[in-house]
Parts: sequence; structure tokens; C-alpha cells
Amino acid sequence: MYAYDEYDEQIVRERAAQFKDQVRRRVAGKLTEEQFVPLRLMNGLYKQRHAYMLRVAVPYGLLSSDQMRCLAHIARDYDRGYGHFTTRQNIQYNWPELKDVPNILDDLADVEMHAIQTSGNCVRNVTTDHLAGVAPDEIEDPRPYCEIMRQWSTFHPEFTYLPRKFKIAFTGAKQERAAVIVHDIGFRIVEKEDGEVGFSVIVGGGLGRTPVLGKTIRDFLPKKHLLSYTEAILRVYNQFGDRDNKYKARIKILVKTLGVDEFRRRVEEEWARIKNGTLTLTDEEIERVKGHFASPEYNRDAADGRASIDDKLASDPQFKLWYEHNTDDHRVDGYRAVYLSLKTPDVPPGDATADQMDAIADLAEQYSLDELRVTHEQNLVFADVEVGDLYELWQKLDELDLATANIGKLTDMICCPGFDYCALANAASIPIARQLNAKFDELDYLYDLGELKIKMSGCINACGHHHVGHIGILGIDKRGEDWYQIMLGGSAENDASLGQWLGPAIAKEDVSDAVEKLVEVYLEKRRDSDEPFLKTLRRVGQEPFKERVYADN
Amino acid sequence: MQIIKDQKIVDDRWTRVLPDEETDPEDVELKPGPLLVSLAVWKARRDELVERDDDAGVLLRADELLDELLDDLEHLALIALDFPYFRDGRSYSKARLLRERHEFDGEIRAVGDVHHDQLTFMHRCGFDAYEPAEFFDLQDALDAFDKYSVKYQPDVHEKNPLFRRAKR
Repeated sequence: MYAYDEYDEQIVRERAAQFKDQVRRRVAGKLTEEQFVPLRLMNGLYKQRHAYMLRVAVPYGLLSSDQMRCLAHIARDYDRGYGHFTTRQNIQYNWPELKDVPNILDDLADVEMHAIQTSGNCVRNVTTDHLAGVAPDEIEDPRPYCEIMRQWSTFHPEFTYLPRKFKIAFTGAKQERAAVIVHDIGFRIVEKEDGEVGFSVIVGGGLGRTPVLGKTIRDFLPKKHLLSYTEAILRVYNQFGDRDNKYKARIKILVKTLGVDEFRRRVEEEWARIKNGTLTLTDEEIERVKGHFASPEYNRDAADGRASIDDKLASDPQFKLWYEHNTDDHRVDGYRAVYLSLKTPDVPPGDATADQMDAIADLAEQYSLDELRVTHEQNLVFADVEVGDLYELWQKLDELDLATANIGKLTDMICCPGFDYCALANAASIPIARQLNAKFDELDYLYDLGELKIKMSGCINACGHHHVGHIGILGIDKRGEDWYQIMLGGSAENDASLGQWLGPAIAKEDVSDAVEKLVEVYLEKRRDSDEPFLKTLRRVGQEPFKERVYADN
Repeated sequence: MQIIKDQKIVDDRWTRVLPDEETDPEDVELKPGPLLVSLAVWKARRDELVERDDDAGVLLRADELLDELLDDLEHLALIALDFPYFRDGRSYSKARLLRERHEFDGEIRAVGDVHHDQLTFMHRCGFDAYEPAEFFDLQDALDAFDKYSVKYQPDVHEKNPLFRRAKR
């Protein structure tokens, strides 16, 4: 993974020192809360319903074991013993004391981490495919470009006060795992017929109040122009994005208002003037950063472990289920990527305790080359596990409650923190997750349902990505009570689409019953057990689902 | 009024002619001495302002486009760019384009909701003068220009990004 040099280190240290001074002035009463707001927001510190919330950047979701130990230490010593992994591959702490935040930032800096640009109207943490570098279907590892983008966007003098927050995602694989189509800019690594590798550029996707799928504004961008082209997009957006209404300020609205052709024309016109300038990436710089993500020394004999695992697969059905559902293919023979499910029943989706984090760090060190990743679906990944170690690892993960074999299944829900923590939320989301877990506690039943993604948000800001859930659930407030609207048919993968509302909102206690009815209709209508939920829905339409859910009304 | 100019505290030498929208720009009085006028006044009284011996400057609101001034840059000693609230970042792009693309070498002044913590970014985008907002301690602000000793990006003063500048 990327290792800081003196320059990266200095910038993070200086930021921590600057914020320490700002907090000192605030605590001493020299800054009013009003004056302090913009300063703390630039450091990922939000005021939530009960306390401050600190969001720590996990650049493109990649963590070393030592970084994970530091995150565990922060959870234990400065918070209430746990942290919440988010859909943007970051981690949030819900209970830090303001006076402790400078120390937290110092501790983070010790392990090359920070909270820079995790909030505010600037370029946020760049995200990517959680299987980057190991996926068999990858054209090229996107992480070096994520890091190049991270550096370019850190304290960019011109783009620190954009009309609204700005999210960039990269993917290098054929199978979409980074949801680039619902980002402000999505870069998809593509290969031309002559073998040249570059990016297709997708702009103006996003969820929130106005969900939109991004539009491709350039089919092929040579790699060396990555930064100048991004600068051109942001310069157009910075000048012409809506500043009057924060709900119309995202770049997706500008693309919509201008029309994609006019937007593209403006970007290309601006780019023509800065293209081939000093922002042009040099081969040396690309190679330097790539060097940090070079393929590790894999064990050439790793595939020899397969025989012992085949025995276990035959003899231990629990292990077999976990292997089938919670591990993924690796480009190197003898290795697999392993998912650690943070969707254990009774635990809020994405939460991990300090003890779990420490144990995970140790396991990553022992079994996965000292690294792990956070997925945008709020699970963790050990990307480089030898097949011969899988049985032992599974047993240890099981002891830690991290081996629920539900990846990609109904109970592997994406879920925002909801009303219990978030000041914006209108309704609770975690109790709904709990309700669904109670209803769908039979794993065999879940497996029969196949891939079924439920995504839930506690308000229309859509942090739980409900528009791209196969089943999306949105919490709303109706005269002081929590009600839930259901939408069907969303996806942020290769077959991207936005969900459609099913009908009127449903009372809190009826949500899991409604989902059960949806599932029943699917089971009745599907052609065979190989036809997934989304496909059946697209074939038969919403009507039979709607009839069943609202039959009693 | 005192302002920061070239990272020093100085007295402001400019007189403002910024009539409200109700006032006909033809009716405003153009007194002797350097005048900072609104875009409306500039457009209505351009020839008069150009022919005077004293300096002229224009204050461009955040929602006014740079294009309006591009043909007149040689006649302007000052362009003031407004920050109606600190989160409105349009003027950063304008300052940078004025310096880098249009080679404007007069004063570029930040006016409006200008705070301590934005100075370093403004400076890098080409501002060289700052009118303090409320709560702004001029003396304190002099320390605010070089908050970060490392800069990844190129800017108005440093043409190369870090990857071209440093042996990494």
C-alpha cells in the first residue's frame, strides 16, 4: 500500500497542529461555535444528535493492520468501544469529546491517517473496488490513480469551497463493485483496441434527494491527462454550479440543467487550455505511485493447500456455506479474497467493536499480508488469503462473530446510522435492520433467495443508498411516527438502474412483513432458482409485488 | 479602513462607488482619486473612467462573470472579487484565471466574508489584497498565509505540482 514520504507526512502533521490550535481557541472561548463550524467541518467533525461525530478517512478503503489497531485504540480510549464503517469506505466515531479530537488526529497521523476533507464542500475521500489489485477481471489496479487523485485534491486551493461535496470513484474491473455511476465523477479504467489503457469519464451521478445515474462525457482519457481533465471538470462546476439552493448544488444538477452535451463542451473547452500543462502526469510519477501497489510476493505453493480445503468443504457444511458466500475469486491460483461480515444479527450494520478491530488486525497480519479493505457495502475484506488457511481463518472469524455467511444476501443490508445517531435523519434505520434480521434468521432460506440487496436510509439524503437497492427502504416522519417507503429495482452495478416507488409508506412494525411478501412473490414468479430477484422483477414488473404488499388495504 | 496588501497591513487608498441597483449608474459622481466601482458603473461610465488620470478598479460580485471585464484588463489597476459568504468559492477560480490565463498583474482583492483560514488558499489563487470580515484580527492574519509548507498542486506562484518539483 501507499507509504507516506516526508511531504505527505508533513502535510498531515501540519493539519493536526492547525486543528489543535483551533480547538484550543474554541475551548478557551476565543472562537464562537458559529466561527468554529467551518473549521471543524473541514476536519470531519460533525455535531450529531447527542455528541460530536468524527469521520476518519480510509483512503480508497485500504488499511494496514497497524492502522486498524489505531482505529481500535481510538474506539476504546476516546469513544464507547466501537466504530461505524460507512458506505464511503470510511469509519465514523459517534462519541468523541471535542477536547480529545486533536489527540485523535495526532494518533492518526502516527499511522499515516487523517480526517482531512471527510466533510465540507470539497473533494471527499476517493473510493474504489474493494477487490482492486486481486480481482481476476481487472484491466488495471485503480489504486495508484486513487492515490494520485488523493494528493491532487488535498487542500486544493481553488476547489476547497465547491458548490457542494464532491465524490470521486475509480474502478479497474469489468464487474462493477465501486458504484462509479452514482458518483460526481466515476473513472472506469478501459482498454482501447490498440492496448492503450485509460479512463472513461462518467459525470453527474448521485443519490440523495435527486437520484441520477452518471453520464459518460468522455469515452477515453489517456492516463497522463487524469488530473488536468479533473481540474477542467471542477473548474466548470466551481463557476457554474448552483450556489443558491443546496439541494440543487451537486454537479448532477448542473449536468442536467446544461444538458450533457453543453456540459461536455464546456469541460472540453476548458481542458483544451490546460491540457499538456504541468498537471500532465509524468511516467515517473505514475510508476512511483504504482510501485507502492506492486503485486506482493505470493506463495507459489499456495495452491497445494487446496486438497485439505476440499476435504473440509466435503465434511463441514457450515464451512462450505461460508466458503461459497463469503469468499471470492483471486487472480492468483491458491488465493481467495475473504469477506468479514459486519452484518451479524443484533449488531448495527457496519459496526465493529474495538476488540474485534484489534483481532481483525492480528488476523490480517497473520493471514492476509498485513492489509485489509473496507467495502462500500460496509463489510471488510482480507484480499490475499491462501486457500490452505481458509478453514483456520473461518474458525477464528466465527469466534469473533464475523463469519455470518450472508454476503450479498438479504441480511447483508446497507444501512445509515439513522435517527439514533444522525441529526438529519427523520426515522430510525437500525431497528428495521434488527427486525429484518429477526424475520429472516434462516440462512438456508436466504441462500435460496440468492443475491438480494436491501439498502436503507433514515432520510431522503440517502446515505444508505436506497435508490440502488434491489429493495430500497426510506424512513420518513409522519406526525412524529416512523414510517417507511419501499422502492424496488435499483442497482449500482453493471446493470445500473434507479428503484421505483412501490406505493404508500408502511408502518414501522409492518416493514419486515412487507419484505417477506416481496420475497414470496419473487419465489412464486421466478423461472427457476437461478433467476435472481432483480431479473424476475424486471421481467414481471412491479404490479404483482404491489398487489401483495397492499392486499389488505 | 485598513486592509492586508502584499502581506502587510496598509491603509486602503480606494474610494468605493458601489451604488444600489435602484440608482442609475449615470447619476453617480466620479470624484478624483482611485475609484473602485461596481460592474454596472463600469459598463455605463467606462470611457470616462478610462480617460481619468486616476486608477480605476471594478468589484465583481460572485455571480458576475469574468468575461465582462476581459477586454478591459489593461485599464484596471484593481479587481475586487466578492465572497458573499465564505463557502461561495467562485472567486477562487476567477482570481486564478485572471492571473494565469489573462496575465492580469494589477491588484486582486478579496472582499466580503474573508476569514483567517481562507487566506492561504486565496493567496495561492492569486489574491494579493484582503479586506477583513468581522472578527478578523489583522495582526493574527499575517501568520495565516503559509499554513501548509507542502503543496501538492501547482498554483499561481508555483507552476509545478509537487511531483515535478520534488525528488520523491
